[in-house]
Amino acid sequence: MSDKNLKDNYSKKVQQYQPKPNYFLNCLKAFIIGGLICTFGQLVQNFYIRYFDFTKEDAGNPTVSTLVLIAVLLTAFGVYDRIGQFAGAGSAVPVTGFANSMASAAIEHRSEGIVLGIATNMFKLAGNVIVFGVTAAYIVGLIRYIFQHYLMHQL
Amino acid sequence: MILTGKQSWVFQNDLYINATGTAVGPKEKDGPLKETFDVTFDDLHCGEKNWELAERKLMNTAIETCIQKLNYTYDDVDFFLAGDLLNQNVTANFVARQNQIPFLCMFGACSTSMETLALGSALVDGGFANRIIAATSSHNATAERQFRYPTEYGGQKPDTATATVTGSGAALVSKEKGKVKITSATIGRVADYGIKDPFDMGSAMAPAAAQTISQHFKDLGREPSDYDLIVTGDLSGVGSPIVKDLLKEEGYNVFSTHNDCGLMIYRPDQNVFAGGSGCACSAVVTYGHLVEQIAKGELKRVFVVATGALLSPTMTQQKETIPTIAHGVVLESVEVEG
Repeated sequence: MSDKNLKDNYSKKVQQYQPKPNYFLNCLKAFIIGGLICTFGQLVQNFYIRYFDFTKEDAGNPTVSTLVLIAVLLTAFGVYDRIGQFAGAGSAVPVTGFANSMASAAIEHRSEGIVLGIATNMFKLAGNVIVFGVTAAYIVGLIRYIFQHYLMHQL
Repeated sequence: MILTGKQSWVFQNDLYINATGTAVGPKEKDGPLKETFDVTFDDLHCGEKNWELAERKLMNTAIETCIQKLNYTYDDVDFFLAGDLLNQNVTANFVARQNQIPFLCMFGACSTSMETLALGSALVDGGFANRIIAATSSHNATAERQFRYPTEYGGQKPDTATATVTGSGAALVSKEKGKVKITSATIGRVADYGIKDPFDMGSAMAPAAAQTISQHFKDLGREPSDYDLIVTGDLSGVGSPIVKDLLKEEGYNVFSTHNDCGLMIYRPDQNVFAGGSGCACSAVVTYGHLVEQIAKGELKRVFVVATGALLSPTMTQQKETIPTIAHGVVLESVEVEG
């Protein structure tokens, strides 16, 4: 009991020594950089629609590919981690952050070989995004299906 | 008595650090202590193919520099005590494969520098060895991979995080007279005050440092004023004020005599968050800057307390709190006797 008390007190006591994250500034930075990335993505999409005659729906794929390519290059040149330290979620949430998590893991594990190094470890960080992305998409899709095909008709 | 008090050793023979060797990476070269390092590398890869090889090169370079200063070869050294931060202590083990000195591998996380020095000194004092080398290393990129994320991953770190020092330090200890004397050591107990955040090791390690320092004073019947400098390994900007306040509660005022290697090795504007950390942090600062100052007599008596966070990523994910430890060694200027 007294040991637990000591531990609880210590965690609370040392909070005053720990630099507080500036949530407002961090949010602002994430908003601006995240917004810039998305605005840039929109420009790329418009470019594909205008000059390569993609439809609005089809332009999504080449746009994502382009952003992924740029993010991978920035990762390889050692720039993306610096952007990430500055922007936080602003550069982690867009598809560029996903690309960075895969590319950085691939670069990191190159020394262990192509199969067991790169291929095995590439999804080390991105794997959870895929697992929860697919699961969430499945559940949401199921709800939508039930809603559209059964509930809507009954109304 | 060698065992003095509860957990301190006072060495019976005159033990000396005869030579030291330090090798560091580019960021440390850019820092305020750059003049005090023997070898500096401009590239984090140190001319090697991968990060692990780079760390090995740092440790090899530190040891070679150390024994070359005395014109020794590996054969002249009886035992080699070393450790690092990587799984299975691969840096130390692989360096020992190369140098073929009889080898004791040790792990104390970032406290390894003083753990190896303390035990090495005990071996020499007890007559189990004539000359030992104590060495340790850490590398920013290997530590990131071992404990955190890939180096190029764009995750945001909080300001309580520390930057792992890229470097290696080695010291040769014997009874042959030198300029820096090793007089006593205090072995730490594992402390855990319930900190879980692996990005805040300063808060986690401060109680371990405070325990070891206050126990040292009790065991030897000394006061903070008996020391010119009490230097902790890598408590950084967060842990340093905590250890001072914890010691004040115990009745020891170290406000004017305490410093931290993690705060000495970098300038605050080097993007190092709260400061430097890693095995090499205390090793290169002690075996470079501090040993130089002690040899010159500018510091008469220094208590180096290397602090280690004994965590692993698996334990962190299993929601375990961080056990920590601190080992201290007292270094004295030879002129202090006369």
